Amino acid sequence: MQRLDYLKETPSQTAGPYVHIGLTPNKLGNAGIYPQDLGESPIGPGALGDHITITGTVQDGAGMILRDALIESWQADAAGIYPGNDPRGPADPAVTGWARIIADFDSGEWTLRTVKPGRVPYPDGRLMAPHVALWIVARGINLGLQTRIYFEDEDNDSCPVLARIEPRERLRTLIARRTGPGAYRFDIRLQGADETVFFDM
Amino acid sequence: MTQGPAADRGPLFFRDRDWHPPAYTPGYKTSMTRAPFRPLVAMGSTLSEETGPAFGQSMIGRLDNNLILNFTGQPAIGERIIMHGRVLDETGRGVPGVLVEIWQANAGGRYRHRKDGYAAPLDPNFGGCGRTLTAQDGSYEFLTVRPGAYPWPNRVNDWRPMHIHVSVFGSGFAQRLITQMYFEADPLIARCPIVNTIGTAKAIESLVAPLDMNRAIPMDCLAYKFDIVLRGRRQSVFENRPEGM
Repeated sequence: MQRLDYLKETPSQTAGPYVHIGLTPNKLGNAGIYPQDLGESPIGPGALGDHITITGTVQDGAGMILRDALIESWQADAAGIYPGNDPRGPADPAVTGWARIIADFDSGEWTLRTVKPGRVPYPDGRLMAPHVALWIVARGINLGLQTRIYFEDEDNDSCPVLARIEPRERLRTLIARRTGPGAYRFDIRLQGADETVFFDM
Repeated sequence: MTQGPAADRGPLFFRDRDWHPPAYTPGYKTSMTRAPFRPLVAMGSTLSEETGPAFGQSMIGRLDNNLILNFTGQPAIGERIIMHGRVLDETGRGVPGVLVEIWQANAGGRYRHRKDGYAAPLDPNFGGCGRTLTAQDGSYEFLTVRPGAYPWPNRVNDWRPMHIHVSVFGSGFAQRLITQMYFEADPLIARCPIVNTIGTAKAIESLVAPLDMNRAIPMDCLAYKFDIVLRGRRQSVFENRPEGM
């Protein structure tokens, strides 16, 4: 028999408690190496669409709010096109789509200021409800966690990804609550009764 | 990105979760309250996972991959090493233009971080981070000092082996990966609860960089080689996608 010669993906290791040294040195106070931290904002001036602010925390299974979590977000522009390598064409040039967000060192709260993404097609052509993809790392997390932020004021019923969530009551862990005009709340729970849905995609 | 359009599109290979460390690993105590207990919702990748941020050469500074000089311009103290290798995907293809970021303790095992209070002193000339973009063949290179081992609060006398943290992007957001590079023949590797979150010896070996005398520079520095493998992409003319996608 021939040998199936794929390589194995490099195994993950925790980002550890000092992830900020590498990924957000300026926010840590280690200025002077890079002019600015990467991923300060997923949008530039003039980005089209509804400008929104999403605020939240990451909590562990003991109810403690993490002060050392680092989150990256990735999203489409307001028309549902991804910047960069979207096969359907170019996105709004004022949208980079990617942000690197850290929990506040004291309160643990994080904030993402962006535009609300449009609907993006699922592989079979049906549209997924507007969402922001998240990747979460911290001390104690051995492999970055994948989840998504959906929005309570959007039509989420026909989203083919959300249709896969069982039991159905867990769906609410993926839906940001509207707290005011253009403002949303999204708390992530790593473990326990209200554990956020995490994906293997 | 400079690669051809086919190379950075297509569904991602499924992740082998038996190869990666599981979330709940009691030997590494912090994981016990930070591990999800519910099963992950598993499905094939979508555009949201298959697309991802791109980074350009214009944002990389001249000394960004030189940790010996990039903090103050004066050389950091320690054993001078080159860390180099290639970023590949599971099909063996070199992945060009991907951002590799590293961070590490100084030669004494101390991090420049508000939360690190270890007795070893800070080196005024060592910041502890670097970044670079891979070349056309997926290769990358850093100049740094070998980090020291250090103790950490887990069991009474746990020490981290010498290691460099590595963060890598692919062309798709779900290729995103953070790992740690260890050094050949370090006796602390086998004793480390974080290393041992990984279940198989072969997977652990893939994180240990061998000494590479072919890349060492005489009278200047030693070298260690560390290849990084990202999730591959399925390429098939039979891929069931609607017209135009």
